[in-house]
Amino acid sequence: MLAVAKDVTKSFMGTKVLDNVNLMINQGDRIAMMGPNGAGKTTIVRALLGFYHIDSGEIRVNGADPIKNRVDVLKHISFIPQLPPPVKLSIEELLSFVEKSSAISREKIFLESERMDLDLKNQLNKPFFKLSGGMKQKLLIAIALSKKSNLLIFDEPTANLDPKGREKFYELLTEIDPSCSTLFITHRLDEIEGLVNRQIYMDLGKVVEDEKI
Amino acid sequence: MKNLLLIAYLDVKESLRSKWFYVYSVVFGGLMALFFITGVSDSVVMGFTGLSRTLLIFIQVTIIILPIFILITTVKSISGDRESNVLEYMLSFPVSLKDYYWGKMLGRFSTVFLPVFLALILGVVFGMLKGGVLPWKMIFLYSALLFSLSFVFLGLAFFLSTILKSTDIALGASFVVWIVLLAFIDIALMGLMLQNRVSDDVVITLAMLNPIEVFRIGAISLFDPELTVIGPVAYYLLDTLGSTWLIVYAFVYPIVIGLLLSYIGYIAFRKKDLL
Ligand SMILES: Nc1ncnc2c1ncn2[C@@H]1O[C@H](COP(=O)(O)OP(=O)(O)O)[C@@H](O)[C@H]1O
Ligand SMILES: [Mg+2]
Repeated sequence: MLAVAKDVTKSFMGTKVLDNVNLMINQGDRIAMMGPNGAGKTTIVRALLGFYHIDSGEIRVNGADPIKNRVDVLKHISFIPQLPPPVKLSIEELLSFVEKSSAISREKIFLESERMDLDLKNQLNKPFFKLSGGMKQKLLIAIALSKKSNLLIFDEPTANLDPKGREKFYELLTEIDPSCSTLFITHRLDEIEGLVNRQIYMDLGKVVEDEKI
Repeated sequence: MKNLLLIAYLDVKESLRSKWFYVYSVVFGGLMALFFITGVSDSVVMGFTGLSRTLLIFIQVTIIILPIFILITTVKSISGDRESNVLEYMLSFPVSLKDYYWGKMLGRFSTVFLPVFLALILGVVFGMLKGGVLPWKMIFLYSALLFSLSFVFLGLAFFLSTILKSTDIALGASFVVWIVLLAFIDIALMGLMLQNRVSDDVVITLAMLNPIEVFRIGAISLFDPELTVIGPVAYYLLDTLGSTWLIVYAFVYPIVIGLLLSYIGYIAFRKKDLL
């Protein structure tokens, strides 16, 4: 078992955003997580990553508490946020942060970028936020795929990509090490149908459907 | 530790590319240059001459600009990173919260302190070019006071931006704190004293608790050991503490408060939701 959320409840300002959520992610799971906006998808992911202190319940990722052992937990997770953050660091600096904090090799990132037709080497000094939306997303994807993780979490990863970029992205996904589990938050099940083996549907802070496909 | 330094380094690099940093450096460096060009440094006003006179004006400007500059830019950057989800991304990598928080603090400190410090050095260089003996001891003590003034407001900024989640509220709170502290420097205190409605002890305590006032008294006492220019509260403090202890207090007190505030901020950073 890679990650477990047991009876997790979390409220923001009196509103229950996660309501007794139970979720288990096993090795080899390729999950499509769906649900309307505000269902709590991002919140459960952030709780798994140790960003939120949950009100009750328990979360374990690779057997550890993501808050108490955040460094160990995050070593094995790759995460792509819903929107590319406007990071002001230059690409060079972002790469050195990623490289040094997570032991990712720069060569690997260049390689993954090239496969998505993203030419990094000529714009290393450009601030990250000045890249186009699609280029940012590609770089984040390249970083995520370069990290040696056993769980990849993508919060609506393709929202900013053009159709061609999306195609390339899915192509890359087919090459992910099969032992690595993935969790996609997405609105487009049709696009990733071939890539997932399980679908979870959330609504109003609850998991309302969880089935293998 | 490796990650702490990495985060500090990246924060400095980021600041060096930002507009506020240039405005900030130009304001302080430019002021210093202006003093010398306009000849403020040559005139004799109230018995102060040359470099001392320049530094005295520099202090008055620093008292007003430095705190608000540090508060606004730091709060904007720290709260802004949270609101724009930069923090979410950066903290999805395996860095400890300790390294992140204190690394940011170290980086920020370097970028807010260095420009003021360099402006001071610029003043010293101008002074040297004009010839004359340089008041080294004064320059050293003054740098120390600038250090602790920068530190206390940086601590306050980190405190406000971790305790208050929204950038706007944290910015508003910064303004309020700044205005209140500025209002309660000598002039307002003297008013209180004259009204006789509050006891002198209260007024003195207020003065001693206000880091801006403490900096002001400490810095001015370097130039005007009798503190004749700034009024009775300062004079009373000098009389009670003596000039050495006054400087020691002016240096140590803001550092202690800055450490305390930034530590509370750190606890909140760890114990509250990060986003
Ligand atoms: N940090 C926060 N503070 C307050 N409310 C939040 C916070 N994060 C999310 N929410 C609220 O929680 C609900 C669920 O949000 P989220 O998990 O982002 O939904 P989604 O399923 O669209 O990803 C929304 O109503 C949102 O407004
Ligand atoms: Mg979401």
